[in-house]
Amino acid sequence: MDYTTLIQLLDSTVRLATPLLLACLAGLFSERAGIFDIGLEGKMLIAAFFSAAVAALTGSVWLGLGAGILSSLSLSAIHGVASITFRGNQLISGVAINFLAAGMTVLIAQDWFKQGGRTPSLMGGARFETITLPWAEALAPVPIIGPLYADLISGHPILVYIAFACVPLTWWILFRTRFGLRLRAVGENPAAVDTAGVSVVGLRYAAVAICGVLCGLAGAYLSTALQAGFVKDMSAGRGFIALAALIFAKWRPWYALWATLLFGLFGALETRPDVIEALTSLKVQGQLLGALPYVMTVIILAGFVGKAIPPRAGGEPYVKER
Amino acid sequence: MTLMTKFLGASAALALGAGAAMAEPALIFDLGGKFDKSFNEAAFSGAQRWAEETGGEFREIELQSEAQREQALRRFAESGANPIVMTGFAFGDALGQVAADYPETDFVIIDMVVDEPNVRSVVFNEHEGSYLVGMMAAQASESGTVGFIGGMDIPLIRKFACGYAQGVKAIDPDAEVIANMTGTTPAAWNDPVKGSELTKAQIAQGADVIYAAAGGTGVGVLQTAADEGILSIGVDSNQNHLHPGKVLTSMLKRVDNAVYQAMSDGPGMEKGFNVMGVANEGVGVAMDDNNKDLVSAEMKASVDEAAAKIASGELKVHDYMSDDSCPDLSF
Repeated sequence: MDYTTLIQLLDSTVRLATPLLLACLAGLFSERAGIFDIGLEGKMLIAAFFSAAVAALTGSVWLGLGAGILSSLSLSAIHGVASITFRGNQLISGVAINFLAAGMTVLIAQDWFKQGGRTPSLMGGARFETITLPWAEALAPVPIIGPLYADLISGHPILVYIAFACVPLTWWILFRTRFGLRLRAVGENPAAVDTAGVSVVGLRYAAVAICGVLCGLAGAYLSTALQAGFVKDMSAGRGFIALAALIFAKWRPWYALWATLLFGLFGALETRPDVIEALTSLKVQGQLLGALPYVMTVIILAGFVGKAIPPRAGGEPYVKER
Repeated sequence: MTLMTKFLGASAALALGAGAAMAEPALIFDLGGKFDKSFNEAAFSGAQRWAEETGGEFREIELQSEAQREQALRRFAESGANPIVMTGFAFGDALGQVAADYPETDFVIIDMVVDEPNVRSVVFNEHEGSYLVGMMAAQASESGTVGFIGGMDIPLIRKFACGYAQGVKAIDPDAEVIANMTGTTPAAWNDPVKGSELTKAQIAQGADVIYAAAGGTGVGVLQTAADEGILSIGVDSNQNHLHPGKVLTSMLKRVDNAVYQAMSDGPGMEKGFNVMGVANEGVGVAMDDNNKDLVSAEMKASVDEAAAKIASGELKVHDYMSDDSCPDLSF
């Protein structure tokens, strides 16, 4: 495998890892606050639809992004009301959100665009263009570093850089701010937080809202940056892979970055059977790589490699003692 | 579960109860839905064409789950619809059980063979159409490498790939064909993101014409191909208009003709095995204003010649599904 191929492979890894990373961090905020969220998939999907639809109607990708985030936030609100205020089962609420998104996107798309649950193809300003970082052109001829900078680091849409910037930001919020400490505490021992006079409900809603914003970014990235429009069910299970990555990362931001990059790499390798064959001189079925994220998550959960301990109060609605 | 079945039954009964005139034709769409821009939609447009031309009416239902297949068939048959047309190989088992119970009703199944006296089975020679677009791909390619991206890895899609590879090799025996499948689950039909990645991966390997037989995933393939400045080939219905001047052609599968024909023939039609190939214009290549600048005169001439040879039986394109192997492509 030559250097160019390696760069191409890593470039593909970054593209595939970005939606996983955003969704994974979304899940991280929510679950750290004690709200399990298997509705990441549905939120991504609805954000993908609304960002593409509004971008198609207005011609502005930023308005699209806003609409995507709002739609994802509204599903977050439903999840919040069901599981925080009414203390419903968080898993069931999440499943409902996934079904709701899968059905509603196609229904609205058909009503608005009459293209069989699809949005029209986005052009020009309705899509996120790739950004060329400064000096990328000048550095490109430099061996090793040139292609690394010009092809791998430069040349992504802005959402990719936002996603990567979210990792240290998440770490800082969770582990260096008062809000983060309380958010983590509310996922471990909400009664203690309540005793200290901090609103459990408020904190959990905040976490669920952050989750909605990040899922909105992930969905918008799918339909307006990676693709030029919405296709039904286009999230294709990425929300669930992000959940797997979250467990794999043991609910930590930096680990989440490595986990999603690893899963992204599997996805990238799956598209290049020729590279695998050249490296291992074996004909490996791509499907095997597609299944690896799930296999690894099961191994982690079974406790073979370290132990994944979810937030202690996760999944339990908080009932104030009388 | 029983509650669920009751609900499903009730909703199916509601959907089917409306309008019960005698001997209307009925059309059952597969799970992809009526507006999939491809297979089911082609069936719908064929039925609509029939309705407009004859002033007749037809009944239709979109399936919501696997469990409804047999139920929908029985409901339509009992309410007197005739003929009943269904799209998709997945109806095979259900129809096999139902057909004998309603000997007076004619059934038409598309993409599958059901051997009953009152069933017309319509199958398409996709390998022939794919052969033709393969020839065009090889002539349009400058790098000598062309790509194929399939949806779910099933024998039917391998049949597309195999016909395509044969067409490519017929023009340029040294050409390389890179074939990838998107996945092994039905999600593979709706994953444009992965379609894009596969397209980029194939471009990195040198491909400059890529044929997508992948449903919704193909949208991503065509988009990325247009963005990266290479040519793509659409499938099932004419997709040339999606990116004018960037889509070389589309492999047409005239499901609409099959449905139109079945409804026109009406009750008492000819049953048995009905093959739609190049010979009877069941499959073919799309030529229109959007791709006329891409298709050279000799390209068109060679395709027409090959089509004539296939129609006359002089040229045989190997069908992957006949022996589960492909001479020109390994999977």
